[in-house]
Amino acid sequence: MSDTVRIKQIIDEAYDTKTFVFDWDAEVRPGQFIMIWIPGTDEIPMSVSGISDTTKSITVKAIGDATKRLHEYKVGDRLTIRGPYGNGFDLKSRNILIIGGGVGTAAIMPAVVETGADTIIAARSDRDLIMLDTARKHAANLWIATDDGSAGFHGNAVQLMNEKLKEKSYDYVISCGPEVMLYFMFKACQDADQDCQLSLERYMKCGAGVCGCCVMDDKRICKDGPVFTRDQIAQLTEFGVSRRDACGRVVKFR
Amino acid sequence: MVSLKTDVGSISLENPGMIASGIMDETGKSLVRVLRSGAGAAVTKSIGLEPKPGHDNPCFMEVRGGYVNAMGLPNPGIELFREEMEEAVKEGKIIGSIYGAGPEDFSKLAARMEDYGACAVELNLSCPHAKGYGMEVGTDPAMVKAIVSAVKSSVSIPVWAKLTPNTHILTQIGLAVQEAGGDAVVAINTLKAMVISPEFARPIMSNKFCGLSGEAVKPVGVRAIYDLATVLDIPLVGVGGISNWRDAAEYIMAGASAFQVGSAVGTEGLCVFKNINEGLSAFMEEYGYGSIRSMVGAAHE
Repeated sequence: MSDTVRIKQIIDEAYDTKTFVFDWDAEVRPGQFIMIWIPGTDEIPMSVSGISDTTKSITVKAIGDATKRLHEYKVGDRLTIRGPYGNGFDLKSRNILIIGGGVGTAAIMPAVVETGADTIIAARSDRDLIMLDTARKHAANLWIATDDGSAGFHGNAVQLMNEKLKEKSYDYVISCGPEVMLYFMFKACQDADQDCQLSLERYMKCGAGVCGCCVMDDKRICKDGPVFTRDQIAQLTEFGVSRRDACGRVVKFR
Repeated sequence: MVSLKTDVGSISLENPGMIASGIMDETGKSLVRVLRSGAGAAVTKSIGLEPKPGHDNPCFMEVRGGYVNAMGLPNPGIELFREEMEEAVKEGKIIGSIYGAGPEDFSKLAARMEDYGACAVELNLSCPHAKGYGMEVGTDPAMVKAIVSAVKSSVSIPVWAKLTPNTHILTQIGLAVQEAGGDAVVAINTLKAMVISPEFARPIMSNKFCGLSGEAVKPVGVRAIYDLATVLDIPLVGVGGISNWRDAAEYIMAGASAFQVGSAVGTEGLCVFKNINEGLSAFMEEYGYGSIRSMVGAAHE
């Protein structure tokens, strides 16, 4: 089933990233995603970046045809969506460290709002940092990392995480970001014996656990994930190594 | 103790349920997962000669009573599918689903599937949304006969034909399969369908047309199996809207020796096989059916 919703507000997050807030009273858990149809271009999975009883939001970086088209949408325009899909984050502990990398910050922001936990937001440079206002408002502590040192810690998300894990112990780390970042974060968590929940991504068609196009090893990213625990990720031989294209062909990352 | 063992011709299955083609069956590891969840066999995604990305998104959505999809036969092509098969056939019985434009394509693909260790091939003569394939070749009895004959002469493993309900001559097509030496008929594939967005005044699927699956199609599938059972002597495999033991029992009593499950993997999860197995056993125990064979076609008597 799909719902057609109306865009209520558009927030400019960065030069290439916008948040679209729309009326939608569905129940959504932090870490879940929805499929967004952009008529004439595509249907794409997007993390829900903001959750209230009556509204939800998505935060979109203009990269491909569909996301560029979406950036042309105005307040009052309509979106057709289906979902929510996936399991979302397990937020039973508040003693967690939440880390967003790049536009992956969108997926972790509802967890920051719900828990008020310590948060790291990382990006290439200060131009690429998003959702800082929301994070500042809700996070107990907010730390920023940029690859080029233009804001906050000079280094990447994993390096800053390692620093913070030396200062304080957390029940687990929650993160979403580029797979290469998550891969090294997972390795660092293994080395430090630190529990974590990482939100993974793959090419999707159905989103609902039926077609199997998004499998990583034998796990469907859409239905069994997109959030996986450290123990689950340790079983995934394809994580950080390869993905599959629309035909189902293996594409190596390196 | 009742037994859930069943035979589809020369293929023996420990459990009567299989994963239907197109559902969690594009990779070796996901086929293995399906087999470990209580399926008696797994049918692969339909594989063609060349890699194919399928139709653009949107190609799937939930509707009342089921799903519609217009995946458009995405697959890595028969060459690359070798690796997936190598991983899967070690774990259990794999039926290689293939699609092609005519007898030559199907023969080549079937031979490769046999080389890869498939225990049978399932000819996709029924996909309703792929131009030049599937239903477009599967609604002409002469073409069906030619394809099945050609495949029969190129492989020694059993040849199953999966038929479409989108025809008024289903039994004629079934007879064409049988006359050509086909070993089993699988029915049904999805019902040709369409969904339109009133807000955007256009069909939602990128391909416009799609196929309806799920509980809404079950009575159509049961009728198709019942009709086919009245005219065919070869075994039947029932598929369409099965999500619990009652659905499976309906198909078996209509005349199916085994069944396939598709959409219910989305609605129920992969535990659907275990749940059906337990429910069928309990039913058979209570009603005095010692074997699946003793139930097959019971509704005809």
